[in-house]
Amino acid sequence: MPILQYREAIRQALAEELARDPNVVVMGEEVGQFNGAYKVTEGLLDKFGPKRIVDTPISEAGFVGLGIGASMLGIRPVIELMFWSFYSVAFDQILNNAANVRYMSGGQINCPIVIRGPANGGTNVGATHSHTPENILASHPGVKVVVPATPYDAKGLLKSSIRDNDPVMFLENTILYGDKGEVPDDDYLIPLGKADTKREGTDLTIVTYGRAAILSLAAAGVLQQEHGFSAEVVDLRSIRPLDMDAVLASVRKTHRVLIVEEQKPFCGVGAQLAYMIQAEAFDELDAPIARLSTIDAPAIYSPPVEAEQLPNQQGILKAALGVLA
Amino acid sequence: MTKKTSATTDNPAETGTATQGHAGAAVNARLSAADKVELYRKMMRIRRFEERSLRAYQAKKIGGFLHLYIGQEAVAVGCCSLMGKDDHVITAYRDHGHAIAVGMELNPLMAELYGKATGCSKGKGGSMHFFDPSRNFWGGHGIVGGQVPLGTGLAYALKYRGLKGACMTFMGDGAVNQGAVHEAYNLAALWELPVIFVVENNGYSMGTSQARSSAGELGQRAASYGMAWGVCDGHDLYGVRAFMAEYLDLAREKSRPSVVEIRTYRYRGHSVADPDNTYRSKAEVEEYRKTKDPIQVFQRALLEERVLDEASVARIDAEARVEADLAADFAEASPFPDLADIQKDVYWEADNPAERRSAGRLFFT
Repeated sequence: MPILQYREAIRQALAEELARDPNVVVMGEEVGQFNGAYKVTEGLLDKFGPKRIVDTPISEAGFVGLGIGASMLGIRPVIELMFWSFYSVAFDQILNNAANVRYMSGGQINCPIVIRGPANGGTNVGATHSHTPENILASHPGVKVVVPATPYDAKGLLKSSIRDNDPVMFLENTILYGDKGEVPDDDYLIPLGKADTKREGTDLTIVTYGRAAILSLAAAGVLQQEHGFSAEVVDLRSIRPLDMDAVLASVRKTHRVLIVEEQKPFCGVGAQLAYMIQAEAFDELDAPIARLSTIDAPAIYSPPVEAEQLPNQQGILKAALGVLA
Repeated sequence: MTKKTSATTDNPAETGTATQGHAGAAVNARLSAADKVELYRKMMRIRRFEERSLRAYQAKKIGGFLHLYIGQEAVAVGCCSLMGKDDHVITAYRDHGHAIAVGMELNPLMAELYGKATGCSKGKGGSMHFFDPSRNFWGGHGIVGGQVPLGTGLAYALKYRGLKGACMTFMGDGAVNQGAVHEAYNLAALWELPVIFVVENNGYSMGTSQARSSAGELGQRAASYGMAWGVCDGHDLYGVRAFMAEYLDLAREKSRPSVVEIRTYRYRGHSVADPDNTYRSKAEVEEYRKTKDPIQVFQRALLEERVLDEASVARIDAEARVEADLAADFAEASPFPDLADIQKDVYWEADNPAERRSAGRLFFT
């Protein structure tokens, strides 16, 4: 099976959907001539031309809103945000218009738009460029939120997102862009809202997503080798819709839960998960649900310290041992 | 006198054109007597609908806000009467006039105000959020200026699909200072999108006059984006049609955007919650009502043309009042949405379970 980088897998998904559906348009800052700020869209302009691959000015409220308007009339825009951090200047368009217009029109309108780009810390770019807004996005009914961890997931989930008739927020990760993995070059789809148990285990469930899933897998390996504990790693892949059945099945198997998220703790995805697990599987728990989040402050610049602000392999290991104690 | 910019040049120049005499403009000369009566009737239906809705609001039948369009009717009716099959309309929260102008029926509109399941948005949108995509009407938007990028996107879709249409993107004079509006202007000009940004200038952004809120000429801001622009009076329906026809042609035929400022006036407060006694005088309102009421102005023109007579004027008014009353009766008799309806119309997939491709929970407790 071909081995692709995460960014190449996304590019392949875009290329396949552009070829399949003439209404798909890729739009964003530097996606065309510049070949993508992170080279995700490299080569697409040459292949599909300027009608399909559209360079925009730095004007997020403008082009995100334009994309939403175009989607109401049947275009399927895939809008790239150079960083998801810039969603804040397009917040009104995303969360008042894309999220609400179906509802406020009594179901007469739908917005088949995808907004995608990286949303992560860990690259020493300071607080303005390190936001992870999956919790904020997911708290608006009407949008879907997807956070892929691997090249395989990224391709299959992005293709499903582009074909989805609801607005999908697709959160990637600059640190993962160079990660490699097996990616079939056929037309496979991964449904949104289906978690993937990336490691089977019996002693502890780690519920996680995005890059934190990759880190959790590494920590689970050490946990097994050095401490003899078997951890199951459930990668949510999609925050909304949410595969709660997969989470609960794992909890019923291991009876101990650690949630790992690259998120601030207050009202984060983990807070919602912890509430739901205790509400629906209280009797299954042998220990309080533990959570490892980003240390609660704006993203610090200082490179070695930022590495400690975020969940990392050592931190996950320590938190896991805490739940197992 | 109004200032007017030729829609056919890149470099706007004020030419000065009188508002009088627009009846003879090509777009008006081809109207039949019956067409003219229908335009008049439409303005009257908007007026009586809103007056009836105000009484319902005062009787506490309607919640939230109610932003009345009374005094501005010739703008929506004039502009929307020029729509072809691929022309589209989007507007802000003062949207009753546009909804009726594009042909929506009064019953679902009044029912929407009453929060009823028979409303045009099933009671989920309210006064500010009327929609009817089947009539190319895309709302009804509550955030000042927020609809302007959407309208630009509708125009983008028209151009992308090779359709010869335009999107009239309405906003109030209070919207022109919002960043999203300027971002939309730039994209429209840069990509030559068939959009007409229609600034309905009623002089007040809520309680703040234009002089206290906006620097410079509102329409002229288009010039710095290289867009055509112009200004016209909004109380003369013939004038609005003659003026807008040029800009619609420019959009449809040459895919060129423009900004038009239509000067109008509202008789009521910003919303009916506005006591309307802090920022303008009663005399100012009365002066407009006496001299520039758009229904009176058009009525006089049609009486002079002998298209209407006193009897038909009275009949049209009576019919509009009855229609508005019947709409209120319909709204009153209609059921409210069920609690189960709260979570419908959120996700396309949830509403179309047979075609759902995703798994997992979409809703949470």
